[in-house]
This record gives sequence, C-alpha cells and structure tokens, in this order.
Amino acid sequence: MAEITYRDAVARGIAQEMARDPDVVFLGEDVAKAGGVFKATVGLYEQFGPLRVRDTPISEQAILGAAMGAAMTGLKPIAEIMFSDFFAVCFDYIANEFPKSRYMSNGQTKCPLVVRTGNGAGSRFGAQHSQSVENWCMMIPGLKVVAPSTPLDVIGLLAAAVRDPDPVIFLEHKSLYAIKGEVPDGEILDTLGTAKIVRPGKDCTIVALALMVSRALAAAETLKNEHGIDAEVIDVRSLVPLDTRTILASVAKTNRLFTVEENPRLCGWGAEIVSIVADEAFYDLDGPPVRITTPHIPLPAADLLEDIVLPTPERIVDTVRRSLGS
Amino acid sequence: MSTQKDRAPAAAGSGLNDDIGEQKRLDLYRSQVRLREAEQRAFDLFLQNLVKGTSHLSLGQEAIASGFAEAMVKGDLSFCTYRGHAHTLARGVPVEKVLGELMQRDNGLMRGKGGSMHLTSEEHGVMGSYAIIGAHLPIACGAAWRAQYKGDKDVSVCFFGDGTTNIGAFHEALNFAVVWKLPVVFVCENNLYMEYTPIGDVTAVEHPAADRASAYGLERIIIDGNDADVVYRTAQKAFAKARAGEGPSLIEAMTYRHSGHSRADPAKYRPEGELEKWKERDPIKIYRERLKQFGVSDETIDAIHADVMKEVDDATEACKAAPNPPLDILTTDVYADGGWAWRN
Ligand SMILES: Cc1ncc(C[n+]2csc(CCOP(=O)(O)OP(=O)(O)O)c2C)c(N)n1
Ligand SMILES: [Mg+2]
Repeated sequence: MAEITYRDAVARGIAQEMARDPDVVFLGEDVAKAGGVFKATVGLYEQFGPLRVRDTPISEQAILGAAMGAAMTGLKPIAEIMFSDFFAVCFDYIANEFPKSRYMSNGQTKCPLVVRTGNGAGSRFGAQHSQSVENWCMMIPGLKVVAPSTPLDVIGLLAAAVRDPDPVIFLEHKSLYAIKGEVPDGEILDTLGTAKIVRPGKDCTIVALALMVSRALAAAETLKNEHGIDAEVIDVRSLVPLDTRTILASVAKTNRLFTVEENPRLCGWGAEIVSIVADEAFYDLDGPPVRITTPHIPLPAADLLEDIVLPTPERIVDTVRRSLGS
Repeated sequence: MSTQKDRAPAAAGSGLNDDIGEQKRLDLYRSQVRLREAEQRAFDLFLQNLVKGTSHLSLGQEAIASGFAEAMVKGDLSFCTYRGHAHTLARGVPVEKVLGELMQRDNGLMRGKGGSMHLTSEEHGVMGSYAIIGAHLPIACGAAWRAQYKGDKDVSVCFFGDGTTNIGAFHEALNFAVVWKLPVVFVCENNLYMEYTPIGDVTAVEHPAADRASAYGLERIIIDGNDADVVYRTAQKAFAKARAGEGPSLIEAMTYRHSGHSRADPAKYRPEGELEKWKERDPIKIYRERLKQFGVSDETIDAIHADVMKEVDDATEACKAAPNPPLDILTTDVYADGGWAWRN
C-alpha cells in the first residue's frame, strides 16, 4: 500500500502496461524527455527508452492517425492529447476514423488504442484549455469513454483501457492531478463499464463523474450532517460502456435522482442517464430527476468566475435540499 | 501481385527481358485492363441503377494503381481514398467482391456496410479506403511506425489526390514521417482537379506535392503517371529506400481522370479538347503499344482481354444473383466483441 498522486498514478498505470506487453507504445507532445506538461508521464522515457516513448511534433492529427495505423497493424498505442480541448483539431480520428473502421470494414479492422488527455476546469486556463469534453466522445458509436476520479481508478481503468480491444478515450481531470490516494502494491486491473457506489445512502441518488465525485461526496456529508438527508453517491467512471444497472438499482432504492456534471448543460451525459431512468424506472421516482451542471456558457478564466460556474458542493446541497423539500 | 499468370514467349532481343521483364510486363498490362473493365462495368451498372450511392472512378489513372501494386509484395500495405476501387482491385481483390459492395449485396467486400468509398481487404493488404480528405496519411505513418518498431520489412503506401496536398493532415504526416524516418511512400495522383476546381486555381505552387517536398527535406519527384513502366520503376526505388530504413518518399504522378469526379459529375468544367488530348495518352493504349513493340502477339494480348472480361462478366452475374445483406448485420462489429452494446 502506498499513497500516491493521481498524476503519478498515470505514469504507474502506463508503466505497468508497458512492462507487461511490448506492443504497448506511447506518443505525444512533450511526453517523453520532458515527462509531460502535467508531469504525469515522468520516468517512462528513462524506463522504456526512445523507441517506445516518443515525443511528437505539434501535430494532433498525426498523433492520433499514427496511433490508429499502429493499432490496426498490431501495436497497442497510448496517445496523449495534451488538453482535451485540442480534440477539436483532430476530431476526425475520434469521430470518423477510430470508431467506424471496424464497422465499415465488416469487422476486418481493429483499433485497440487509448487516447489520454487532460480534461476539465479549475486551472483558470480559460475557455479553450478547461472544457469537459466527455459528451463530445460519448455521442459517438464505437468509442469507449472513461473518466477516473481517484489514483486507484486511474491505474486500474487505464490498465483495462490499454488491454481493451476497442478505442478508449481516457479523460484525466487536470484538477485531480495533485490529489492523493491509497493504492495497493502490485498489478492493478479494473473493469470498464462499471460504476462504483462511493457512498451508500437511502434518500436520494447523486451520480457524478471525475472532479464532481469529490464535490458530490462533500455535499452528501453536509446533507447528512445539516439536513438529515442520506444521499447515495455513484461515481459513473465509465460513460461508455455505461453501468446503468448500478444506477437503476440505486434509484429503485432511493427514488430520487440527481446528476452532477461539469460539462455545459446541453446534451450532457446526465441527460442520457435521466432519460434512461425516466424510460425504465419512472414509477420508482418520487420526484423529477434533476441535473446540476455548468451553465451553457464558455468557461471564464478568472478564479472567482470559474469557481461559481462549476457545480459546487454548496450548489449540490442546495439543489438536493430544495428538491427534497427539506 | 497478379491474380493470374499468363506466360508469353519473349521476342528474341526485345526489351521485354530488361529490368522489368516479360512476365511483369504482362502482369502490368493485365492489371490495368482489369481495373479498366471492372470500373467500366461499375459505371454501366450505375446507369442501370444497380450500383447505388456514390462512386469515384479511376478510369485513365490505372497505370498508377497497377504500377505500384505490381511493385508491392505480400505484406505491403495500401491506404487508399474514396477513389479506391482501382487500388483495391490491383492488390488482387476479386472483382466480384468490389462490384458486390458497389451493388450493396451480401457478397460485397464488406457486405454493404462500407460502400464504394471504404473498400477494405486486409487479407490483400488493403488497409482501408478513406473518405475524409487527408485522414489516411497519418494512419499510413502509424502502420509504418509499427513496421519500424517491430523490425518488419513491409512498406505502407498511401495514395491520394492533388487536392489533398492542401489539407493540414498532409503536412503533419509528411513532417512526422520524415522526423521519425518511417517506411512509408506517399503517392500523389495529380489528375489536375480537386473535385470540380483546377488544382492550380487553389494551390500556391505548380506541382502540389513535389513543390512541397523540399519543405520536408524530401526529393522532388514528378513522374508520368500514365506509363506503368515508369510508375513501377519509381515504386521499386521508393520501396527499396523504405525497406532499407532510409525513410519516406513523396511521389507526384501526373495523370488525368476520364470520367467526372464522381458519378454525379458530368465534368462540364473541363476545357474543350483536354479530355481528348489525355485520351491519346491513355495508359492502357500506351502499354498495349509497348507490349507490341516488344513483340508480344495480338493473340496474347487478346487472351488477356478475354480472361479479364470473363472475370468481370462472371462477377456481374454473381452480384446480380446475390442476395441483399441480412438485417442482422446492422448491429454487428460496432465493438470488438462483435456487437453494439454500450450499456448493461
Ligand atoms: C475533409 C474533406 N473535405 C472535403 C471533402 C469533399 N471532397 C471529396 S473528394 C474532394 C476532392 C479531392 O481532390 P483530390 O485530392 O485531387 O482527389 P481526386 O478526387 O482528384 O482523386 C473533395 C473536396 C472531403 N471528402 N473531405
Ligand atoms: Mg485530383
């Protein structure tokens, strides 16, 4: 057992998989000799050498295209896109190439790769370096989409993503890189498509992702201590595949559903969950499902402004409390 | 790579036994005729409303597909565009498989799930046909990276048009391939038009690929893309360089498409006489004359045509008789487990 940061968990997860499988290779901008702009890949170049850990030019299309060509022909590449906002300059690969080649070729083409990226707000980087783009990826058939909230999940889900035969978008939250968590020694392997109940409760279900998980947990503490509301908090972890069973079972028990989403409101992942619950568990509900999201605006840079647009524990507490009428 | 071998005696003292040789010349001719007849048939079937959707023919550009494919060996990889029928057939994919896909039948190469623009046959080294301009140049780099990393000797060959040289992925891929010294060969088929616009109207340099080569430290290579011998020799040289670990090549092959951009295009934008001028330089006509100069008999040439026509006719009949794809393939192969489940 050791306490490590989320950032170090990234390097440990990659190292675990590279040591296990010589077909795993890693490429991206500043990832090798410099160890990454978020210092999440420090030591990999030294450990695995220049053939497996490679710095690239500022060519996001070349990075993702090369990862795909390598994946199609037998490697298992991990590609880093520094900021998830940059998906917009290489979105062809994410939207048109990775997820459609298997289908269009009637099963001939494989694409076992992982795209890691720094996602999310909190660094005061402004509207083009802070977005939560999980919805951009979730809406594309053929992709898998993962967003861990703890160092342990980073390692386990990254390992699962690398070993997965499909293209996986792995969203690391920039504001979580510095957090610490306990991880056991030895190999860690988790399962994609599994949500986790991170706090059991009976009065309502709060579903959250990535940075929003700790905020939902903080809100749950306040709800319990100050308002006597016992919230169950679920870390979705994987948007595709989506563990709807865990969510539906929780709603069947608590009869109320809240989602906490960092993405701007329209078409956020929570809308899909609300829709599934409305379709399949409508009569379990004692009240309307409520989505707590960032408003539908570009993200501001100033700390004061950024802090109030993302869902906060206070906003979660307030919304849940008022919805439950207490 | 040829589908069938046809041996004809070499004329004494002829050039048939030069570096290319008699057998390879017959293969090059057969390949070009096969691409021509298969695509001509695709066009006829389109007029009968049996080929659906869009299709982009390479009529007039066959020497490039045949020249490169005949220089490739098993294991070499082709990355094609939506104008990819010729490149796919040239690697030995049966005509029936290609026509079946164009006719959206169950016997098609991808059983109708991909269509004309996405022909893929990995067993023949055809690693996909890509319909987003430029997308496959970086992908070909990745396949070449795998070869480099694993010490495999195959070459990745990436075909694209003149218009493709103006998209970012072209420039990203060239720089990347040179910096990483990858065994990839980029082949620009300059047919003078990007869709309906003359390439010169929208490009800063006269030769859209070759005039950019120096920006990436590459040799400026412009060849006659309508002469299969020239194409074949150029391909061999570039492949040898790639296999020797000496990095990528960028080749601009001058050519012309006889038909419109796609089936919807009557090509009214062409200046008077341009098509006729290029038809005089029809690659198949040129090559037939070359064979005759080297003493190949009309009989041998006619036999090649007859063989090809038989494959095309048989394929046509098989496709007409083939069933539509079953509906249950709609949801197969979205994910690697064979299905489409995104939730539990
Ligand atoms: C990114 C993108 N932009 C535009 C198109 C539409 N488009 C399809 S083919 C084509 C022309 C391409 O010209 P060129 O590269 O010269 O190839 P050719 O068709 O002549 O073989 C265009 C603009 C596309 N498919 N993808
Ligand atoms: Mg063109």
